[in-house]
Amino acid sequence: MSNIIQFENVGLRYGPDAETLSDVNFSLVTGGFYFLTGASGAGKTSLLKLLYLAQRPSRGVLRLFGEDVVMMPRHRLPGFRRRIGVVFQDFRLVPHLSAYDNIALPLRVSGMDENEITEPVLEMLDWVGLGGRSEARPATLSGGEQQRIAIARAVIGRPDILVADEPTGNVDPDMAARLLSLFEALNRLGTTIVIATHDLPLIAMVPQAQLMRLDKGRLIDPTGVLRYPPGVSGQTAPIQTAPSQTVTGGAR
Amino acid sequence: MSEVTQAEVAGAEAVEKASPRTRRSAAAARNRLLPEGRLAGPMPWVIAIMMFLTVLAAAAGLGLANGVVQMHAQLAGKFTVQIVEADEERRAQLVHAVRAAVQGTPAVTAISVISNARLAAQLRPWLGDDIGSGDLPIPALIDVSLASERAAETGPDLRAKILAVAPQARIEAHAGFLAPVEHLMRSLMWLALLLVALMAVATGAVVMLAARGAHDAHRDTIDILHLMGATDVQIARLFQRRLALDALFGGTLGLLCAVIALLILGQRLDATGSELAQLGVLPLWGWAVLPLLPLLGVGLAMITARMTVRHTLEHAL
Repeated sequence: MSNIIQFENVGLRYGPDAETLSDVNFSLVTGGFYFLTGASGAGKTSLLKLLYLAQRPSRGVLRLFGEDVVMMPRHRLPGFRRRIGVVFQDFRLVPHLSAYDNIALPLRVSGMDENEITEPVLEMLDWVGLGGRSEARPATLSGGEQQRIAIARAVIGRPDILVADEPTGNVDPDMAARLLSLFEALNRLGTTIVIATHDLPLIAMVPQAQLMRLDKGRLIDPTGVLRYPPGVSGQTAPIQTAPSQTVTGGAR
Repeated sequence: MSEVTQAEVAGAEAVEKASPRTRRSAAAARNRLLPEGRLAGPMPWVIAIMMFLTVLAAAAGLGLANGVVQMHAQLAGKFTVQIVEADEERRAQLVHAVRAAVQGTPAVTAISVISNARLAAQLRPWLGDDIGSGDLPIPALIDVSLASERAAETGPDLRAKILAVAPQARIEAHAGFLAPVEHLMRSLMWLALLLVALMAVATGAVVMLAARGAHDAHRDTIDILHLMGATDVQIARLFQRRLALDALFGGTLGLLCAVIALLILGQRLDATGSELAQLGVLPLWGWAVLPLLPLLGVGLAMITARMTVRHTLEHAL
């Protein structure tokens, strides 16, 4: 399988401070399912920002869909972003738009005809259990409902890559399982899934997923040998820090 | 009849199920990506004030330009021959000679010898009733009109002919009398047009500031749109439309107020009865030009907004 994402010696620095991410090397294959874990402040969100092109690396090479995006001209980035669905940790719903309009946002941005938008958006609203709240503004929705809207918005365009930052942090276990099944369904259709989470039971629910761990801005266990974090399932594996190794062949 | 697929039926049903708001047009939906709030800010009102002043300045400029043209048309080719000769008989001979010399010229459209009675009447306020006694010699005056399109070429020859028969004659072009007035009108006209240009620059600056302010106010929404894959052009178009609508509202309001002011001023000008004042009246074609100003303002606002927002977005990733 071809690599859809490739990091080579990637470093990310905000201003003059020390690097938030250092010497990150890995490759993700098309159609893989990946969890990204690590303690708070380990650099998970920064890594995801690189993935959904909210940031570009300070150094190194980042290839998305086979193209180096580090030096890519700005006007080419929207085309890449449209192929990436994002679930933000803070949801980032547009406050003055209804649930319907928030979910429809990626479709409208991509120029889809309004008649073609209505059906999938209404279906998606039903799917996330908010069929009756299509006109509700985010401020009137609970945290869990906002999160479901954010997920619906991320997946509605059938992206090639789905990047989610703690996507089940505000929903009950039943809804978390339901959302995860949506991600798996998308994954079966060929979408590469990258989920940053602390939710170990969630990770356990996707046995075929590959695991990546970040610690202080460095990717540890980049070989994928470490299926589960130590102490979760009884499995233990050596933590390797070899910078040149890559996570490949995300098991499907 | 074409076959209707299940997907199309499902799609149509979904559209039917959707609330009226979800069935609104694509354009309207996309335009709502920025929050509504037109007229909430000062921008439309500032534009209205500026358009009011711009229309007044433009009307003044157009009226004065028309006045200068009319003045030229009325005075071009007109001159007065003044024969200063104390001897009445000799003066009459000279008048006759000048008249004969001028009459033969094809470009001449009218010759009029001002009667002694009319001259005496005009001088009476200054020289008293004795002016008609004949003791005080009054110069003879002959008004000559040339076809205006041939005045420039014929004038010098005619002058030579007149001086040949009456060397002491003074020839004064009417245009010369009103030259200072014309210069003043021209200066005011250019000043008015300069004001219009300055207003256009100021309007551009106001729109630029408004666009920057709107960009800052909606930065979060813009970031989200960017991350969804929106292009700079798509985002700039949203601001462009919003600011264009503000400019259209402000421009129309300013135009209406200015037109009302101009109509009132026109009435006051008519009431003066002054022919000179009438020269500054806005012609019909000028009234047709004024409504174009708000449209130009909208165009200016759109271009400025687009350029400003795109320039600002270039600093984003």
